[in-house]
Amino acid sequence: MIGALRTPRGLFTLALLVLLAALPLLTQAFDQRYVLSVGTRIVIWSIAAVSLNMILGYGGLVSFGHAAFFGVGGYAVGILSANGIASGWIQWPVALLASATWAAIIGALSLRTRGLYFIMITLAFAQLVYYVGSGLDAYGGDDGLNIGRSRFNGLINLADKASFYWLCLVLLLATVWFSGRLARSRFGFVLRGARSNEQRMTALGFPVFRYRLAAFVIAGTFGGLAGILLANEGAYVSPAMMAWMKSGDLIVIVVLGGTATLFGPLYGAITFFALEGALKPMLDLVHKGWGEHWQIVFGPLLVMVALYARGGIDSLLGRRHG
Amino acid sequence: MKGTLFGAAAIAALAFGLQPVMAQESIKIGFVSTFSGSQAAIGEDMRRSVDLAVEHLGGKIAGKKIEIVYEDDQFKPDVGKARSEKLVQQDKVNFIAGYIWSNVLLASLKTVTDEGDTILISANAGPSQIAGELCNKNFFSTSWQNDQTPMAMGDYLNTKGVKSLYVVGPNYAAGKDMLAGVKRTYKGTIAGEDYTKWPDQLDFSAELTKIAAAKPGGIFIFYPGAHGVQFVKQWVQAGLNKTVPLYQVFSIDAITLPQQGDLALGTLGAQEWVNDLPNEQNKKYVADFKKKYNVYPSYYGAQSYDSIMLIASAAEALKGDLSNKDKVRAEMKKANFKSLRGDFKFANNNFPIQNFYIQETVKDAGGMVTVKTIDTAVKAATDPYADKCAMK
Amino acid sequence: MEYLLVQILNGVQLGLLMFLLAAGLTLTLGIMDLVNLAHGSLYMMGAYLAWTFIGWTDSFVLGVLLALPATFALGVVLEMVVMRRLYARTHLDHVLATFGLILFFNELVRVIWGPAGKSIAVPPFLANTVEILPGVPYPAYRFALIVAGGVVALLLAWLVARTRMGMLIRAGASNRRMIGALGVNIELLFSLVFGLGAVFAGLAGTIAAPIGSVKIGMGDDILILALVIIVIGGIGSIKGAFVAAMLVGQIDIFGRTYLADLLKLFMGPASASAAAPAISQVLVYVLMAGVLVWRPTGLFGQRS
Repeated sequence: MIGALRTPRGLFTLALLVLLAALPLLTQAFDQRYVLSVGTRIVIWSIAAVSLNMILGYGGLVSFGHAAFFGVGGYAVGILSANGIASGWIQWPVALLASATWAAIIGALSLRTRGLYFIMITLAFAQLVYYVGSGLDAYGGDDGLNIGRSRFNGLINLADKASFYWLCLVLLLATVWFSGRLARSRFGFVLRGARSNEQRMTALGFPVFRYRLAAFVIAGTFGGLAGILLANEGAYVSPAMMAWMKSGDLIVIVVLGGTATLFGPLYGAITFFALEGALKPMLDLVHKGWGEHWQIVFGPLLVMVALYARGGIDSLLGRRHG
Repeated sequence: MKGTLFGAAAIAALAFGLQPVMAQESIKIGFVSTFSGSQAAIGEDMRRSVDLAVEHLGGKIAGKKIEIVYEDDQFKPDVGKARSEKLVQQDKVNFIAGYIWSNVLLASLKTVTDEGDTILISANAGPSQIAGELCNKNFFSTSWQNDQTPMAMGDYLNTKGVKSLYVVGPNYAAGKDMLAGVKRTYKGTIAGEDYTKWPDQLDFSAELTKIAAAKPGGIFIFYPGAHGVQFVKQWVQAGLNKTVPLYQVFSIDAITLPQQGDLALGTLGAQEWVNDLPNEQNKKYVADFKKKYNVYPSYYGAQSYDSIMLIASAAEALKGDLSNKDKVRAEMKKANFKSLRGDFKFANNNFPIQNFYIQETVKDAGGMVTVKTIDTAVKAATDPYADKCAMK
Repeated sequence: MEYLLVQILNGVQLGLLMFLLAAGLTLTLGIMDLVNLAHGSLYMMGAYLAWTFIGWTDSFVLGVLLALPATFALGVVLEMVVMRRLYARTHLDHVLATFGLILFFNELVRVIWGPAGKSIAVPPFLANTVEILPGVPYPAYRFALIVAGGVVALLLAWLVARTRMGMLIRAGASNRRMIGALGVNIELLFSLVFGLGAVFAGLAGTIAAPIGSVKIGMGDDILILALVIIVIGGIGSIKGAFVAAMLVGQIDIFGRTYLADLLKLFMGPASASAAAPAISQVLVYVLMAGVLVWRPTGLFGQRS
């Protein structure tokens, strides 16, 4: 661990983490509250991206329906809150359990398929949840639902921006740590082995299906955690949080940052959210009014990353150790 | 390595627009609407009207420069919320206006009105929640509440003696509100009711076949923007325009008519503003808009124009001093400005008490397809949720 | 009875339109193993190009005929500039790159044609209704769509089953390495197949335009439906895509027509009419999930 710090990658990551930890202090000192809001969203999306990376990166299972867990986690909190159960001690475990259960069900059905079929069946299940959400008339339907934030007996006030940010950051670090442990464990070994050669792992006597299902449930649970946080961030849930484009965004973030890497999803999320903010003013500098057409540059940039930056942003930091 | 770090820092700095906080010399208004994707034409119409309002004000309110910051919600609630947050926290705007869609407005509401203590003026969306239990002292509407327009249509259909009605709309919150609204006042029989997939249904053949079989006295639709174009085209192609008249809300307007063209001629709709309303400010607005952009403005634009004029009236009355929010709200509440629909008052929930008109699609003298007022459906209507609002 | 016939025709017409879009997608997936999310962008570009050409020529037929080679050219250029470099890469890279292309094309259209949608009118000779049975009118344009779609489907079937290119396509779909061994100019074949897929997508976008509207992002949602269809049919199988498209067309129309009545047999009329639209929205996805749980590689896909 100490050795890793001497590499450029280690230094970069450390610097980034220090910056992230100090963000609320910096934004307060420079009176840039909005930066903290963006930072909070980046951290929450990073949790979801790290969780997707567990199955997509290490497992090679491209799930095109991961945003559904935003919805399952978020709506569990929202529905409980709308029914007068404001305590986070009840809301959060219920939401995590709901996400895990949903992941177990769709995992059991989807993992029988491979490749593009898997991509599409996970999308289909996510669309199911999406339309169920927009059909929930009692909870706002397509309009979404304004909710109160989870309460923790005064232990932490989620309405306080800085506290909430730090909570998200701690949860992100925990998720990254867990994902790293998972990847290096025997479990992770089987998962990666099955990614490159499923038949061999089966022949070696590993129940690949069960390993994958377990990974899918773990990833779904952490995805649900991101959903809980997203609901609390905006004090609002809506079906739009699980639209298929959001699942696409998550895949793009993971690939952009570097699949099967520890911090790649975090780099991906930062870049994804920062690029829009960066491209707009840069284009406006070139010619006033061009800024709103930033996607005409952003699109080809993604193409370039896919074509030339094999291994995503993480690979720009040099060869991986270990 | 150094390059990467520098690059990241540069991106971060640009991304978050680290800029010195300047003293407030201008009146800053954030405007959130949809400027990209399939519904961008609506946002464009609103932006043109806001620009025109600024022009009519001479670029100044109470001697202070007007600064408009446009933000694109991309037709997504979470994006709209993030943009609204940026306007409040980074741009530190004095007011936020705009919002086409109910779900974008609902997602952004708390961030702006409660956490940001900033006044929000909806220039279109009017979900029932905000008119009722979620009503807010920082929220004002220069449009309507969702139920009102279809309710006016229902009233008119009663007086016209339409015996049976087939109602069709998209299966999402506003769609259900609209159909519920017309059913609330319409007294004839409902011959059938269909909800279609939103927003990705492009084919209405099954519904039109059902309508043809049901032989109702009329069809009532709610399909905003591009969907209205599709429905009207397919209604004509199926030959139903010869047998079943079409009544609509928000489906045939200055945005969609360039595409619907002659196909929409003769259809009736309800609206709180029509381009030929006979007041001076409206004549000037429509004439200048047409001169500048060669097309008619829509109600989206008129409502946006009104939102800027409402802000201007309050800021003028306070001589540009916006520091006391209570005073600003009190001035806004007076609605002391020349609205394009004619004068109106705010109800207790800050939604307008206003007339609704019946408009017919016709050709103007120059051969351009547009709408004109033919009747007043209801006068000085208050929305049905106002008594659920705790504000007085 | 006539009512049922008209609804079935509606389903056939919807299915044929979807088949045109799905055919190109399943070819590129089957042969090049390329996940092309930007296929919907070609659908959109076809419609916008047709709108421009119809404006120039003042003729619907001429405009469509000009739009087809234009989308073919666009497809070939796209293949040579971007897609060709993606074949050797993973599906993930495909998703990233073609997702980027969607953003690019949507914004490009806004810059060139502006944010407002465009409208393509039905050609005057198809503007009315035809009587498919005495006393049963049907929109003439939709009827023409069924005929044209049917002809194109037959043409494609002939191309795949009877020509040398079709033989290579079939060989490629079942064993990609083999066509390389046959001494075929693979680069050329891939460019042609991609261009062919683009033409079908463009054609679908063009002939759908008079029913709907030409707008930014019009291909994004319909792309998902096309992907659903090729997955139900089995990747790489033209026959599968056809059967699945027909199935999806009928099921979609059925959900919107009869589901409420069907549900009334099991529940109260109020809850039936509330549940029917919600269920009909997801019917297609339920069908796909069901097919894949039963047959993990679709109805006509290669068994691994």
